[in-house]
Parts: sequence; structure tokens; C-alpha cells
Amino acid sequence: MPNMRPDKNPMPEQCPNERNKNFLEVTTGYTEEMAIDEAKRCLNCKNRPCMQGCPVSVKIPEFIERIAEGDFEGAYRKIKETNALPAVCGRVCPQEKQCEAKCVRGIKQESVGIGRLERFAADWHMQHVEDKIEVPEPNGKKVAVVGSGPSGLTAAGDLAKRGYKVTVFEAFHTAGGVLMYGIPEFRLPKDIVQKEIDNLRAMGVDIQTNVIIGKTIMIDELFDEMGYDAVYIGSGAGLPSFMGIEGESLNGVYSANEFLTRINLMKGYKFPEYDTPVYVGKNVAVLGGGNVAMDAARSAKRLGAENVYIVYRRGKEELPARAEEVHHAEEEGIVFKLLQNPTRFIGNEDGWVTNIEVIHMELGEPDDSGRRRPVPVEGSEEILDIDTVIVAIGQTPNPLIRKTTKGLETNRKGCIIADEATGKTSRDHVNAGGDVVTGAATVILAMGAGKAAAEAIDKDIQG
Amino acid sequence: MAYKVVRKEVLNPTIFLMEVEAPLIAKKAEPGQFIILRIDEYGERVPFTINDYDREKGTVTIIVQIVGKTTQDLSKVEAGEYLLDFAGPLGTPTPLEGKKKVAVIGGGLGTAIAYPQAKKLHKLGANVTVITGFRNKELIILEDELKEVADKLIIATDDGSNGNKGFVTDMLQKEIDAGEKFDEVIAIGPLVMMKFVCKVTEPYGIPTMVSMNPVMIDGTGMCGGCRVIVGGETKFACVDGPDFDGHKVDWDSAMKRGRMFADYEKRSCAEGHCRIGRTNKED
Repeated sequence: MPNMRPDKNPMPEQCPNERNKNFLEVTTGYTEEMAIDEAKRCLNCKNRPCMQGCPVSVKIPEFIERIAEGDFEGAYRKIKETNALPAVCGRVCPQEKQCEAKCVRGIKQESVGIGRLERFAADWHMQHVEDKIEVPEPNGKKVAVVGSGPSGLTAAGDLAKRGYKVTVFEAFHTAGGVLMYGIPEFRLPKDIVQKEIDNLRAMGVDIQTNVIIGKTIMIDELFDEMGYDAVYIGSGAGLPSFMGIEGESLNGVYSANEFLTRINLMKGYKFPEYDTPVYVGKNVAVLGGGNVAMDAARSAKRLGAENVYIVYRRGKEELPARAEEVHHAEEEGIVFKLLQNPTRFIGNEDGWVTNIEVIHMELGEPDDSGRRRPVPVEGSEEILDIDTVIVAIGQTPNPLIRKTTKGLETNRKGCIIADEATGKTSRDHVNAGGDVVTGAATVILAMGAGKAAAEAIDKDIQG
Repeated sequence: MAYKVVRKEVLNPTIFLMEVEAPLIAKKAEPGQFIILRIDEYGERVPFTINDYDREKGTVTIIVQIVGKTTQDLSKVEAGEYLLDFAGPLGTPTPLEGKKKVAVIGGGLGTAIAYPQAKKLHKLGANVTVITGFRNKELIILEDELKEVADKLIIATDDGSNGNKGFVTDMLQKEIDAGEKFDEVIAIGPLVMMKFVCKVTEPYGIPTMVSMNPVMIDGTGMCGGCRVIVGGETKFACVDGPDFDGHKVDWDSAMKRGRMFADYEKRSCAEGHCRIGRTNKED
């Protein structure tokens, strides 16, 4: 008989007023008892609707059943069959739009806490089981992977398991991509990511940092001079978009990429122990409503800002961020200025931002994205006192690869054109996936693309 | 991975040269491009323009002026020791083909950065006038190297201690007044120097290329910290530059942006992670 508790077991977490002053993980994870209790809420439906919501088809009812039985390691292994990074996905996937959206328990009550259980299994494994890495039998073929974010790491792992000699090229000095430079420690501890990367290395994957494909080495050289049989491009969407409005070059105006990279990758929150500074004033405006905006806002608060505002041009329903991030941000004292759009930044004579002007918006007819289009309300301009602005309105793929690779087709947004199921591009033996193809999306979609491409590359090479 | 320093030379009391083993970068480097390095785990990522490269030896040379925390720390890394990270070549190479007569102007440390342009122009058969400026004659660097590649070398000092008193702008004006016709002027140095070189050349319509060196993190277009306004448009120095048409650069905004982290730099020098007793002998 399943546990008919109507709501999810609540996630233990640091209290909001404490955690908004530190960078420790916000949620501390289920205990064994909580996990078993939550797992028993699963109805183990025959048609497994939850799995259809998962981009990498994790065998959800099966792993949850094992947790209910107290076989935590078994649960972990079941997840690992299809998901290379369970500890990461359990933390950062938008479950409410994927697996949990399809959960039958969620129709009338709360869905099963699938993400929380996934994280529990992964954390339990990490604490209790020493990974035994098997080095696969080499098959004599070489594949180059460009980018060491979720997509590249997944492709690298899947290819290495099939016996390929895999080299991952990373432009930064640390592997992990957005998992390292973008998502903050309080949401995704870096030790977890590092562990996954160390495991890949132990499997024989060679990760070369400080190599910028398109500058240090060209795609063509990977084939012609270095003898790779195939290339997977998972270089992400690293180029920040700006608003293109007056005053954007004022001091105190950051892209979210810069702000978060200073904090996460360069450990700016530990300045001056670490050399990289990060400036945060008293009144911070974060422009945008996605996960990146939430991460930036919550980081700014932790660095001592008194007032942190999310300025977003649509309404609360339209916020693209994970529901949990919005909820956590609100709890931590982030103020949401919804239906407002910045029109200009105002600075002082030293070139520092002092104010932003916003115009109020109302929602009109749905646009291409299906969301209601925000329309400015004439004469509703308002000036806010702001000394730090973080622009988090999106990213597009970096142009370095497309500019230096002949015959690689891209669309007008600069995304590489690739087949959705295989990642095949217009160039032979070059597959691509993740944000470099889709534009900025989620960790799990990027992983799904890496997985699919690894399979396609294998088929392509083995014939 | 770590990058070995194979040669280090002190050029003047605040400027030193470092030749670093980085074969992949040496293979691709062109004048105008830069590298980003990080000394150790605690370090900042800081860009340095490439001064020279040796494709056969697989080395890249940078010339560094001690101005803050990182450059101070870097000055303590000796030949035989290692840098943790060294990435590049970044930025777009300076277009140097097809020029007949060029004035290459370097101010202080900018001289080091102007050297590879002068060298390449010379190799391409252009007539090269090099004008460099220093505060006094003790600070003059790269004189011998520049003599080899310049058809005419003018070294000026602010105090006249080398017998040629004046700023690089005065020297350039003299050349123009004497009837020298330059197809292009390349100016590399402090922002204020580049700004005034542009003021000199503008009335004559001489195309003037400047090299911007703003704060940046990744150097690949990812942080957007290196924004410069050129011709009213926002550009990223790391990928769109670092060279820009000097007559179109918004100097006022560039100078203000250059001061964004000035207070932090002071704090970093005063309270930053102490490297005394630590070495970079092994990675």
C-alpha cells in the first residue's frame, strides 16, 4: 500500500535569514527515513508517465522502488544506467516541468519528490561507496569533445565507455563549464562536479584545459593534424546578451556571466584570500527572470547587498526560472519587480551607475513563445536608486568556432544547426549539441544531446 | 598542466620580460594578440599582450609592468618555475598587410606591445617609423630590438634625460610637420597617450589603430567585462579587438571603466593572499 501523504516530504534546508549570508548549500538533503517515506508515495504506475518527462529517460519508478526497499546503492546504479550526473540533475533539473509534471500523484496533490530522491541516492552513494572505475577496452578510435560542460562531459563519458580515446578541450582553466562558472556553490557544490570530472579522468578521458577551440586549435586541425575520427561540439551558449540601452557601459553594470564567473569560478566571494574582486553595492537590480537571474540575485544578497531586485518584464507566472529557485529567492528577501522593463541606466560623473529607469508593462496577446507579450504602459516610467546592475537576459553561442570552421552551418542566432536526434551537423563527423545548438536551455537537455550524439558518433564510426 | 618560464629578464626597475613554454600558442600567435594567465590557484586571470613568439622553440614572450597585485606576484616567479595557466592566442591579430609607411607608437610598456607590430611590418616590407616615449632614460626598454626593425627610431623622454625631451605626440607632430606621409599610425600605450595620438592624427585623416587593454576574465567573449564603445556601438575588446579605430573610441568611457576595480586592487595588494614562502617550482 503506497504512502498516501498528500504533499512531498519537505526538503530540509538552512533557514533563509542564515543562508542568505553564506555560500553553503541551501538544501541539505533527505535523511534515509525521509527518503524511504517519500519513495513510498510512488504508485509505481505501469505506463511510467514520469519517464516520458525525462530527457535522458531515467528509470524513475525502478530507482524509487529500490529506495523504498532501503537499497540506496541499487537506486543509484539504476539512475546511472541512463544519467551520467545524478547528483547534479537532482539539484538543478526543472523537475516541475519534466518528470514531476507527469507524475500521477501530482494531478490532485503534490507529485512524488523525484528530484529530491535522485539527489538522495546520488549523495548516499558519494558518502558510502567508493567508486570503482573500470577502464574500458580501447577500440583504437579517437574523439575530440569541445567544451567540458554537461553536454561535453556526458558525451565524453558515454564515448569512453564504448572504448574511444576521448580528449575534452576546455577554454577555461577548470573543467565543468556552466556547472563550475555559472551555477553557484549554494545550489550546486563544486565538489560534486569535481568528483564527476575526476571519475571521467580515471576512466581515461583526457581533459585539456586552457585550449580555446577556434583560437588555440581549429576544428579542421583536430582532423587533419591530430587524427581525431570525430568531433563533438558542446561549447554552450557563452556570449552574454546586453539590453542595448543607454548607459550599459557604466561601471557597476555586469553581465550575469561576468558576475557569476567572478564569484564561482574565480572564488570572488573569498576576496581578498583569492585575488579576483567582485563589486556589489547596496541596491542591486538583476535584469531577467531565469535561473541565471535568480543565481545572480541570491549571490548579490550573500555578498552583502541590502536590497536586491529582480526586474522582469513579464509576470510571475511567466518567470522561466525553476519554481524552487523563485521560492528560495523570495524567502531570502529578493524583491520581485515584475512587469517592469529597464529603459536606461543613469550614471554619475565618475562613470558609475546610480539609477535605472524602468517602464511598467502589461501583458498583451501571446507571442511566438506562447507567453503573453509584455507591452509598455505609456508614461509609466519610474527611476530606481541602483548602484549595481546585473544583466541576465540570456546568452547566445560563442562565435569563435563558427567563424573559424568552414562548412559548419549556423542559424541567424548563431546556433549550430544540428539534427535533434543525432547532433549531426553540416560537416561530416562533426556532431553538436546542448546550448550551442538550442541556445541557452537546461543542464539536462544538454546532457540528453550529449548522450544522443555519443550514440550517433559510435554508429557513424563503427558503420 | 603548467607552463614553464624559460627566461626572465629585468628590463627596467618596474618592467620585466618572461618567456614561457606554450607551443600551441606559439604556433598560432600573431601581432596584436594576447594571452591570459593565472599564476596559481588563488590568482586572477589577467591578459597580457604577446610581445614575441618563437614557433620553433614553442615559446611566447610577454613583457610585464608591475602595477598591482598580480604583476607584483608575477615578478616573483623566476625562470625554471611554472605558471598554472596560460591560454591563447586571444583577440584578433592586427591587420598589417599592404601598408607602405607606418608610424608605430609605444608609450612606456606599450613599447613592448608595439614591438611585434613593428617587427612584422618590417618583415612585410613596410617603411616603419617607431616612436617611443618614457619618463626618463633609465626606463627605456627594447632599444636594440627596435633598432633592428625600424627604418627610423625616435625615443623621447619626458624629462629629456636621453637628449630628446618631449612626448610621443610631440614627436609624431614633428614628423608630420616635416612632411612624412604615413598610411597608418599604430598607437599602443596608456589610454591617455592613445587618446592624444588620435587627436594629433585626426586633422590629417591618418587612420589610427589603437590597442585596448581593459579588465577581462575569460578573453573569449564570455564575460563582457571588456566592453568598449567604438563608433557608438558596444564592442568586446577580447574578440572584436583588442585593436580599434582610435578615432571612433569613446575614450572618456574607457578611462572611467578602467577604474572600476581600483579600490579592490589596493585592498588586494594590502590584504591579499600572501605568496611569501610559496614557490611555483612545481605545479
